[in-house]
Amino acid sequence: MTPALARLRAWLGPHLNTGIIAILCVIVSIVVPICNAVVPESSALHVPDFFVTVIGKLTCYAIVAVAMDLVWGYAGILSLCHALFFALGGYAMGMYLMRSIGKQGMYASDLPDFMVFLDWKELPWYWYGFDHFWFAALMALLVPGVIAYVFGFFAFRSRIGGVYFSIVTQALTFAAMLLFFRNATGFGGNNGLTDFKRILGYPLREPSTRAVLCALAGAGLALAYALCRAVVGSRAGRVLTAMRDVEPKVRFCGYDTVRYKLFAWTLSAVLCGFAGALYVPQVGIINPSEMQPSSSVEIAIWVAVGGRGTLAGAAIGALLVNGLKSWLTAAFPAAWLYVLGTLFVVVTLAMPGGIMQLIGMGPRAWNVLSRFRTPGVKVDASVVGSPSSAPPPAVTLVDDKASSASAGGAAGS
Amino acid sequence: MKLWAVLAMSLAIVASARAASATETYEAALGGFAQLSGDDVAHAVRALGESGDPRAIRVLKALRDAELYVDDASHVLIRDKNGAMVDALSGAPVPASGHAATINNEIRRVLDTLIARLELKSPDPDERLEAVGELARRSNEEDAPAMRDALEHEKVRSVRRALVSALAEGDLASEDPKRRLGAVEAIEEAGALGLAPKLAALTTAPAEPDPAVRAAASRTISSLHRKQIFVDGAADVLYGMSTGSILLLSALGLAITFGLMRVINMAHGELVMIGAYATYATQVFFHEHLPVHESLYLVAAVPVALVASMLVGALLEVAVIRFLYGRPLETLLATYGLSLLLIQIVRSIFGAQNVLVENPPWLSGGTELFEDVVIPYNRMAVVVFTAVVVAFVAFVLRGTPLGLRVRAVTQNRPMAACMGISTARVDTWTFALGCGVGGLGGVALSQLGNVGPELGQGVIVDSFLVVVLGGVGKIAGSVVAAFGLGILNKVLEPIAGAVLGKIVVLLAVILVIQKRPQGLFAPRGRSVEAV
Repeated sequence: MTPALARLRAWLGPHLNTGIIAILCVIVSIVVPICNAVVPESSALHVPDFFVTVIGKLTCYAIVAVAMDLVWGYAGILSLCHALFFALGGYAMGMYLMRSIGKQGMYASDLPDFMVFLDWKELPWYWYGFDHFWFAALMALLVPGVIAYVFGFFAFRSRIGGVYFSIVTQALTFAAMLLFFRNATGFGGNNGLTDFKRILGYPLREPSTRAVLCALAGAGLALAYALCRAVVGSRAGRVLTAMRDVEPKVRFCGYDTVRYKLFAWTLSAVLCGFAGALYVPQVGIINPSEMQPSSSVEIAIWVAVGGRGTLAGAAIGALLVNGLKSWLTAAFPAAWLYVLGTLFVVVTLAMPGGIMQLIGMGPRAWNVLSRFRTPGVKVDASVVGSPSSAPPPAVTLVDDKASSASAGGAAGS
Repeated sequence: MKLWAVLAMSLAIVASARAASATETYEAALGGFAQLSGDDVAHAVRALGESGDPRAIRVLKALRDAELYVDDASHVLIRDKNGAMVDALSGAPVPASGHAATINNEIRRVLDTLIARLELKSPDPDERLEAVGELARRSNEEDAPAMRDALEHEKVRSVRRALVSALAEGDLASEDPKRRLGAVEAIEEAGALGLAPKLAALTTAPAEPDPAVRAAASRTISSLHRKQIFVDGAADVLYGMSTGSILLLSALGLAITFGLMRVINMAHGELVMIGAYATYATQVFFHEHLPVHESLYLVAAVPVALVASMLVGALLEVAVIRFLYGRPLETLLATYGLSLLLIQIVRSIFGAQNVLVENPPWLSGGTELFEDVVIPYNRMAVVVFTAVVVAFVAFVLRGTPLGLRVRAVTQNRPMAACMGISTARVDTWTFALGCGVGGLGGVALSQLGNVGPELGQGVIVDSFLVVVLGGVGKIAGSVVAAFGLGILNKVLEPIAGAVLGKIVVLLAVILVIQKRPQGLFAPRGRSVEAV
């Protein structure tokens, strides 16, 4: 750690993570909109309109990353269906925006254009209520929450953990994506929902609406961070962390681990839905490709790049990776996959603590965990597989009996 | 005794006399092709058709395909695909010469029917079947006697059925209620599923005045319906087996890397993709350097794909994966990154578009496994190939020194190391083996679907489900899970549609895993045996 950083850290004290998020949110919610709307175009400080949308979009991704960090970094659950929750929130908001087009669609019909195109005569029942903003907003939170709760209830109760949980959640996203790709499902099929006109009466094309949405996204990030920070700092959060490190021990102490996991998992899904609902009015489209299994894995890499188990790191990772993506896919389209692939490999191999570790703010345990495997020694996955805040007995000699008794069946080979 | 001998002799004489007359007609008729007038040629064509001479088919086909030539001395010549000519009369090769025989639209109209009628007598059952199909398509009253004649001599079941249903189809339109009734009964007996819609028209009163025929028709329809259910079921099982084979081929390698080594290899689909591209590269190589043996490229592709994906797999293990043992979630992310890299590398070498991998001629077409259930050869080959690969994997794991070491390291790594086994090297080999098997899956997939850089992405989710469902570490479990999923998928497809069927299968798997987190074939007790 350089002396300058050490001084900075000492100055901010233990609340450095919160400080980073606070600065980010101030920039996104106040500085960017003001520089866009108030500062004259001739000024060097003026932020162009399209840039406001990009910032707002990245901030939504940051919310997802924070939600992901809550379950992955603190509860040790690597979810591969967070993109699904995000997209569900987006679809709920998209349905409201679709309904608010009214008769201004291409076919000048009461129904959304794609339904006219499919020759549907009336609105399917599950579209009822989406004429109201409050209903759509509620659904954007409720639908991902309920799905996560039901799915998590069964999965956690069966003690599906580790990579098994990841694989099953990936299958869930995949199934949902196939479902939404169908035209007959009633969500616009391949093209999804698009061609929105206004939100709560304000035209979406107006730069001022965009600036407000960007500011809201910033406020949303602050809210999500505050919620997650409160959970992590609470007693429940300490149980979660303990569970991540050695789940059987926590269970033997008499804690109902299913309830804690379920709580974190459902909260995380709701936050994703929230982010999705903020995202769709800004980008103006939602389609099933948002639910691709690969987008979920990408969320994990945002968190890993930033640094797991820090919350602020996740937000920074999301902003950096997506900023890089926006720039590279425009400037060097062929290079993006190389960069992303290399990021995955390098981060997991060389810097498991991510950027936060690099600047000396990650959990201390990473220094132990990044150690390479010692030949002939069995590594207990339930200890090493996830970040740990206590100095862990990372490398232990484990006999066969003990490893077959370890939960999740993910013992090292 | 004597009587039999006389009888046999007289029969032989009659036969040879008929043959002789056929030959004469043939020779006489051939002369007609030398004429320039269309009427003369048409006459010759009819004469040839009536001659019944087996050589006539070739002449008529040549005329249809504009390969029939006449030289200055009025010899009729047949040109084959390579441009070489033979004399139609003697069959002797002759130098290329002459002009094309005359043909006009009137002749073309009768040619196909005549060829089909002649082919009814062909010794090859496939040709006869094709001829019946041709005649049934034309559904001409005049062909009926020829078909009845053929039916009397026909021994092959499938051709008989085709003849019966072709004749019955003609009789259904007959004025005579007895003939219609006979036709309906013949349809029931032959089980001709294709005629069910025509029968449906005969069950209502104004279309069919005779009540007996109406009753027979509705009885036949229900019998056909029962048969249809059986045929559909059989087809579902067979197609499900081929889908299951593909699942198994892509999951089998994963059963090794994930099941035995507990390495979550998200790049496994990309190794399947590399196998498919290795097949493509072999095809291109054969096309350019060994065009004579081009149809054998697929055989050569098997070792090429195996070695290519084993090399890539070994490289991945040495460079990345060995540093991540015991950290499954990190392995998942790192291998996902590797999969992105592999996709982009393949894209920059072969281009982003799908490439065309052709079925070799010996794999195109199909066979009627039993009545009305046609299985394409490539699907059958995939099932056989899968069986061979499973046997190969079982042999490597059970019958070779490498397999012994793999099992030893899987069961007890420290003890294996104490016995002097280089566990790191065994890890590399095991991983490479799993990847190689994935590559073999790529060879099979290239024969059934598109080959593109995203091939692996579509494979990976299903493969993991198969391995998890079958029970991690249980290769036999993977086999059962793959076939079960394949068949379930095919059964659900007609009921729920392809996409919904797939969704139902995915949800069912998720539910099963909830119920039995260890998989269907969970290892029992404390001792977790390797295979």
